[in-house]
Amino acid sequence: MSHIHLGGIDYSIMAIYVVAILAIGWVLKRYMKTSADFLTSSHSIPAWITGLAFISANLGALELVGMAASGAKYGIATCHFYWVGAIPAMIFLAVFMMPFYYGSKARSVPEYLKLRFDERTRCLNSISFAVMTVFASGISMNALAKLLHQLLGWNYDVSLWICSAIVLVYVLKGGLTSAIYTEVLQFFMIVLGFAPVVYLGLKDVGGWGALKTSLAAVAQNPAALELNTKSFQPDAWTSAWKPLLEGASANPMGVDVIAMVFGLGFVLSFGYWCTNFLVVQRAMAAKNMSAARRTPLIAAVPKMIFPVLVILPGMIAAALALTAKDGYRLPPKIVSESAYVQAIAAVKDAAAQKLDDKVAFERISKAVEMKLSPAKVAAVVKEVPALDEATLKDRLQDAVVENDYDGVILSLVKKYCPSGLLGLALTGLLASFMSGMAGNVTAFNTVWTYDLYQAYIARNKSDGHYMWMGRCITVVGIGLSIVCAYLVSRWSNAMDIIQLVFGFVNAPLFATFLLGMFWKRTTSHGAFFGLLGGTLTSALFHALTSAVGNAPGVKGGYLGVLQVFPSDMAQNFWLAAFAFTACFMLTLVISLLTRRTKTDDELKGLVYSLTPKTVDHAQAWYARPAFLGCVLLVGCFILNIIFW
Amino acid sequence: MGLDIRWPIGLMFSAVGVLLVLQGLLAGPDANKPSLGININLGWGCVLLVFGLLMVFFAWRGKSSAK
Repeated sequence: MSHIHLGGIDYSIMAIYVVAILAIGWVLKRYMKTSADFLTSSHSIPAWITGLAFISANLGALELVGMAASGAKYGIATCHFYWVGAIPAMIFLAVFMMPFYYGSKARSVPEYLKLRFDERTRCLNSISFAVMTVFASGISMNALAKLLHQLLGWNYDVSLWICSAIVLVYVLKGGLTSAIYTEVLQFFMIVLGFAPVVYLGLKDVGGWGALKTSLAAVAQNPAALELNTKSFQPDAWTSAWKPLLEGASANPMGVDVIAMVFGLGFVLSFGYWCTNFLVVQRAMAAKNMSAARRTPLIAAVPKMIFPVLVILPGMIAAALALTAKDGYRLPPKIVSESAYVQAIAAVKDAAAQKLDDKVAFERISKAVEMKLSPAKVAAVVKEVPALDEATLKDRLQDAVVENDYDGVILSLVKKYCPSGLLGLALTGLLASFMSGMAGNVTAFNTVWTYDLYQAYIARNKSDGHYMWMGRCITVVGIGLSIVCAYLVSRWSNAMDIIQLVFGFVNAPLFATFLLGMFWKRTTSHGAFFGLLGGTLTSALFHALTSAVGNAPGVKGGYLGVLQVFPSDMAQNFWLAAFAFTACFMLTLVISLLTRRTKTDDELKGLVYSLTPKTVDHAQAWYARPAFLGCVLLVGCFILNIIFW
Repeated sequence: MGLDIRWPIGLMFSAVGVLLVLQGLLAGPDANKPSLGININLGWGCVLLVFGLLMVFFAWRGKSSAK
């Protein structure tokens, strides 16, 4: 693939951004006096800032890239990840759960678990969370460095180290506040950087009406673009609910409506938004209870309209590829350097021996290890004596028909952005990668310092000591992220396994919080063993089920296959549903069988029925979280109806 | 925290806006080929500049009202 050439202006825009975030760190350094300033921002930040940081921490670059990919693969149904899989949970967090997180004076989500249950549950949660954040930031940095390498031709190692160093500097100086501020900056970078690309793309395909017509053709024959092997009703890419209600085989996601609503909309979504410290930490940094509760509500507004920015480009790309306008195609998977060497040898060999087209095609496909276009391969073999090495590589790359969906958004940036706008869009992407790392690292250093170091290793030290530890662990956290990035880049299987394990750990978590917060009878034994049992259930479920087209192994079914799901996504949603139910039932039963270890008095402020209701009377009725939440729900409902 | 976030946001986007406007004015019409012939740098640069200046204005007003 030819690299994108950046002009001086593009580099200048990147440089301005880097200067801005370093300056923020520099200025904030003066205000970092205690460990709480550094690790939790000492409850000092206004709601609009925590709100935008809240959504920004979620809108990492992998999300940006992945949602455009899904937009091309599944069309508008991808919006379910927003309208079903986010908004209700964000409102629930604001209205019902935030009073306990913020009111309990816990400094982190694991610390809440300790206050509500005991050390065991906290330990389990904080260790799994710490490991997870480090890997998440490693995975994201690996993706960034790979992207810079493939796209701009920058060196992988240099990109990785420089970006990590920038993040290290500003987090070390300004702590969580730095991370939150740069997330707000990133929010505007992404919105303002990608909006013109979407505008140009939509204009190019001829507007929404023409886009729908093109996508109807895509839906009836997605195989033409290698999107799917089946064919669907014309509206499969352009309606959110209709194909879903017709069953798993009628929509490209291969998901049925129960898995979608219960698995994604309830278990996975509430598990992520209501218990993941990475996002909850932003709300906990707000300056007072009402700001903390407004944080997720403010975040819900952009979340609701983000599909325009992140999913629509994927749909535009699919429509453009269908008509092959100006020679546009969905970006092909990138052929690795080692595969080139073998493939070029195979091509030359085929030409020299004058092999039959079919035999030559099979050999070359095997060397590239991807699906190729027979006509293009035959042409390359025919013309090989006249081609130099670089052209040969380009032609082979061009012959690949498998799509690299993650490249979709960038293929549009590359297509539409002149120098200048290009710098802005790329800086937006760079910003979201770096702030993703900063977000993970700031959540990691808080959990390590308060929930592991202070709890188990060095109790009762001075605040200065924990501040020092917070800074040290920031360096360690970034170092570990780099190690993880290399790990993932060497063994791509590592990433699949890691994400799998995250899934096992996360799926049941919401059941523990739900019972803990809303049922005072929940005991610490119930919580701990319920959570453990839920995690084991998800592992077992995975070992016993599979999805169509997957051989037993990393993707499941290694202990035998009891159930085959129509897609990985359906398997994943059902896994979550099972794990949640198991954790819920186990916690319930064990709690009833064991004695409570905490009195009603100790649970005040931690459990719904024992806590005085948050008084909202000081606020006007229209500013109260419950009212705002209802307005947002209605808005979300209307969006679902419009795109039914 | 002591820093008003609107300052860095405002200053940064104003600077980027100015750069884009200049690019839009100085680059030849060939530069607009990818963007369907629209001078997107000029147009969008103005949007960024206005956004940036508004942020600076609010930060400045917030500072003077705090005093």
